[in-house]
Amino acid sequence: MDLNLSDEQRLLRESVDRFIAETYHADHRRKSAGDPLGFSPAIWKQFSELGWLALPIAEEYGGLGAGPVETGIVMEAFGRGLVSEPYLSTVVIGAGLIAECGSEAQKQAMLPKVADGSLRLSFAHSERAARFDLSHVETTATPTPDGWIIDGCKTAVLDAHAADQIIVSARLPGGDGAAGDLCLYLVPAGSVGLTMRDYPRLGGGRACNLELTGVRLEPDALIDNGSDALPQIEAVVDRALAALGAEAVGIMQIMFDMTLEYTKVRQQFGKPLSANQVIRHRLADMAMHCDEARSIALRAAVMADAEPVARGRAASGAKAKIGKSARFVAEQSVQLHGAMGVTEELDIGSYFKRLLAFDTLFGGSAHHYRRHAALGGRTPPHA
Amino acid sequence: MDLTFSAEERIFEQEVRDFIAQNLTPEMKRATALTPSVFSDPDIGMAWQRALHEKGWGAPGWPVEAGGPDWTPAQRWIFEAECARAGTPNVNVMGVKMVGPVIIGFGTPEQKNFYLPRILSGEDYWCQGYSEPGSGSDLASLKTRAVRDGDDYVINGTKIWTTHAHHANRMFALVRTNDTERKQDGISFILIDMKSPGITTRPILTIGGDHEVNQVFFDDVRVPVTNRVGEEGKGWTYGKYLLEFERGSGIASAKLRDALKTVADLAESDATGHAIDDPDIAVRMSEIEVDIDTLEMTELRVLSALQTGQNPGAVSSLLKLRVSEIRQAVTRLGVEVIGNDGLYVEPMRPLYRLNEAPGIPEEILPVVPEYLNGRAYTIFGGSSEIQRDIVAKMVLGL
Repeated sequence: MDLNLSDEQRLLRESVDRFIAETYHADHRRKSAGDPLGFSPAIWKQFSELGWLALPIAEEYGGLGAGPVETGIVMEAFGRGLVSEPYLSTVVIGAGLIAECGSEAQKQAMLPKVADGSLRLSFAHSERAARFDLSHVETTATPTPDGWIIDGCKTAVLDAHAADQIIVSARLPGGDGAAGDLCLYLVPAGSVGLTMRDYPRLGGGRACNLELTGVRLEPDALIDNGSDALPQIEAVVDRALAALGAEAVGIMQIMFDMTLEYTKVRQQFGKPLSANQVIRHRLADMAMHCDEARSIALRAAVMADAEPVARGRAASGAKAKIGKSARFVAEQSVQLHGAMGVTEELDIGSYFKRLLAFDTLFGGSAHHYRRHAALGGRTPPHA
Repeated sequence: MDLTFSAEERIFEQEVRDFIAQNLTPEMKRATALTPSVFSDPDIGMAWQRALHEKGWGAPGWPVEAGGPDWTPAQRWIFEAECARAGTPNVNVMGVKMVGPVIIGFGTPEQKNFYLPRILSGEDYWCQGYSEPGSGSDLASLKTRAVRDGDDYVINGTKIWTTHAHHANRMFALVRTNDTERKQDGISFILIDMKSPGITTRPILTIGGDHEVNQVFFDDVRVPVTNRVGEEGKGWTYGKYLLEFERGSGIASAKLRDALKTVADLAESDATGHAIDDPDIAVRMSEIEVDIDTLEMTELRVLSALQTGQNPGAVSSLLKLRVSEIRQAVTRLGVEVIGNDGLYVEPMRPLYRLNEAPGIPEEILPVVPEYLNGRAYTIFGGSSEIQRDIVAKMVLGL
């Protein structure tokens, strides 16, 4: 039992903290806000040089073989910096899916390229009718003599506009949702029949809605051998939830720090705001929410490789709890900044929007408390 | 970074389990389950204390020279967790966890030699004389006065909310020995024999139907000066030291998990018509379970820091706040789970020794009293409002 950071983890934290503090100041964000790519390829290259893209990839595929705790360390700092580089989509989810589902050849071909920064990935899974149900996929993959034809629509696909390969989930046509039915396919950017509409994402970065109309794929576009991919998707999304939780912790902490500082400086009625008990108690509650979020995010990371039920409950529990805590800290941070809190002139608003996006991604608190209960055997899955 | 205990710690865990299996009688277990309060009655609690003492585990937090078992933080964690899981009685916390550490830290050799063995063996039963009718959250305004007369102090005044004063043979109290400008500076920490002439105890019944707390009156009570712990006028410092122990013993999640499991078992039973099938109740249970997971992680973070000799910081107020709120949430969910049986009132105590069989299933009996009794969690040991003041001051530097 040891929850202290190891020396390597401490070094990683120092290095990523330093980089974020030096690089991601408000000026940088303002400049990159109008960028059609939504992030900086130059910084992405620096990520690879610093080894962060290789972090969770196994050593045999050119990675560093680190785990979810290390990913959490990076993501927490990314939260503080409101980093918009596609780390989650490429490294955590994309490479995670390839590592979980890919054939040996696919892993050999792709993972080293993610690690060295030459391959960006995106995961196209969500559909409008599915809301946050990971098993609900209507997109179809029709087998043909020379491969596959993909048809369907995907929503809120993170960073697909910047991806070299998009991992698309689809079912065999006419399938009844049985095991073996749901598979993942590699769709190269620019494929004929792939229409992409990308938009600036709330809180930074970009996302896309995809239409796939008769997209023809080679046989080797199928990731692995056709076994049902849902358990692997759930495992990777659970790890993404842990990573997002850590990112949210970073955002909550900086919002709280800024708000605490502001209430000490801002004078009204001849005294600082923080001299008022109602404000002090609010700040105490915010501090508690930040600390609780830190604890439960760490739990999701430490449990990320546990057996599926324990892992899923830890991930959903963390997502639900951090969502609730983040809402409190974010809303109170705006509130305590007064009218300035609702302007674009302070960073508080940017952080606020990022936390709102966090709450939405992969489902909010209500969804994840239900999943936590269902995995605990307490309610039917979609009660 | 990992959440698993070492092989040696696993062996210790098994030793604790074996000890509990051999010493926790079904009567003790049932009585504990049917006690709405966090305080076990002495006949139950002290029987357990004696068993612990025989094993050398009478005071897990004490240093070895005072009679403690010399456990690592992880061993203490395992011990508390196993006790919670098994449903062991609560011992006299006012002795073992409150006055004991103060005597160890600030007492004379004579005081240590006299009092500590009697706490360990269960011979002495302690109560805490802090609050007064006019001094609740503003504890330093206390007025119970100790006036020096030869080798004695003569004490006049009254203490209130004194848990188990009606069972205790000793009280540790904060009394005013001086009228100083800063009211904290005139307070001393005194050990009082409850059989001293001039002490009367009045029961106060609380809304759950329990007689747990009392008001204690002092009318020219003579206490030897040698019963003062530490220096005269330094009582506030010792009292605060003790409150740190009261607020965050550091290991509460295991007990809360056990309490939630009791509610979950009820919700899954025929006795409640399978309340768990109500999705709102199932989700509420998940919310509380995640809150307990969170608390456990916070406790383990503190434990990890302690194990490597780091100072975990001023977390005891943060923990006290959350522990009390989660406890209340568990008891509130319990009331929802039992449905119509929540209307039943059992006025007799203790619930484990009723003359007649109750009109509802026995395991449901303590649920409403626990909820009512539990309203005090956010009040005693410094109310939640005071805890938030402390967090603002100590943690946030405001």
